[in-house]
Amino acid sequence: MRVKVPIPEPREYRIPGPKRVEEVVREVGLNPESVIVIRGESLLPRDALLEDEAEIEIRPAISGGM
Amino acid sequence: MRCRKCRAPAWLDLPRHRTAFCREHFLDYFRDQVTRAIREWRMICPGERVLVAVSGGKDSLALWDVLLELGYPADGLFIGLGIGGYSSRSREKTLAFARSRGAKLLVVDLEERWKGVEELARRARRVPCSACGLVKRYLFNRVAREEGYEVVATGHNLDDEAASLLGNVLRWQTGYLARQSPVLPEEEGFARKVKPLVRLTERETAAYAFTRGIDYVLEECPLAAGASSLLYKEVLNRLELESPGTKQQFLQGFLERVRPWFEEKEAGPELRPCLTCGQPTTAGVCAFCRLLERAGVKSGESPDLEVKGEEAASFG
Repeated sequence: MRVKVPIPEPREYRIPGPKRVEEVVREVGLNPESVIVIRGESLLPRDALLEDEAEIEIRPAISGGM
Repeated sequence: MRCRKCRAPAWLDLPRHRTAFCREHFLDYFRDQVTRAIREWRMICPGERVLVAVSGGKDSLALWDVLLELGYPADGLFIGLGIGGYSSRSREKTLAFARSRGAKLLVVDLEERWKGVEELARRARRVPCSACGLVKRYLFNRVAREEGYEVVATGHNLDDEAASLLGNVLRWQTGYLARQSPVLPEEEGFARKVKPLVRLTERETAAYAFTRGIDYVLEECPLAAGASSLLYKEVLNRLELESPGTKQQFLQGFLERVRPWFEEKEAGPELRPCLTCGQPTTAGVCAFCRLLERAGVKSGESPDLEVKGEEAASFG
């Protein structure tokens, strides 16, 4: 599957499916607690199963400016 | 995973509540948490005007959106901090949001009036985030008072507050611990300051902004790189992943059981008008005017403000 992470620098990964969202998030080195996962116009919960041809965005939710 | 309310496929899981919601019920949950925070802490009274501090990021735009959705009379205030392309992109997103909601946006341009925050911090030899926080707190309050708003609302969420608490505890900053609260009551010269997103995590706020189609600035402020708040959030989220609910318990326990003790012990010093700008301060000259002075900007002069009203209607 194609996995895009837009920040801090845009990155793209190819990860074989099928896999659960949570596994994919961990595989790209992110914490499932600090991201949202987007497919098209929808959000995906952590247990959603992603097939090999899926395209998703993992968007970090954490910001530092307070 | 299915929605707890209607059994439809889940849109977002919430491990700290051991639950998940579909799109519609997640939006209900989000609005309900904001309503509960406003009621619990008596943040906004009927008839009061709210000034929302907006940066173009997910938290402040989500806050402005949800307050408008809930029917509060809420206008936005954007401060142009002069941080290069980041500031101009933030301003564009904020304006686009205001226009899409038909909401009123006020703008103060720091760079136009004085200097950008990076330059001010460099000249005054301060950490940029600390100078930026000081400038924003000063201007939000001053604009609210001068433009007739009773309440200033900021987008601080549960993660922001838990990270701030961790930082204050690690350094035992008892004065900050006494004042850390979802609501700081109004007092002479100060508008009430409220944080209606305090019951919601950063992930939930990002999910709300996405769900509501809010086009926010994704990138991090370039000056915030390496900020200790980011490290504290990372540490707290590692704990949260292993033990869901940790952040909420940490903050809630402090607010309910510990903060009253610090508040009692740490009586705030008396306020008087700043000798330069007339705004309330505990010193002779307020921290904002001292920053300008140290940066060699308009020292000794009253920093009069220019607030540009950017009425959304005029862009339509």
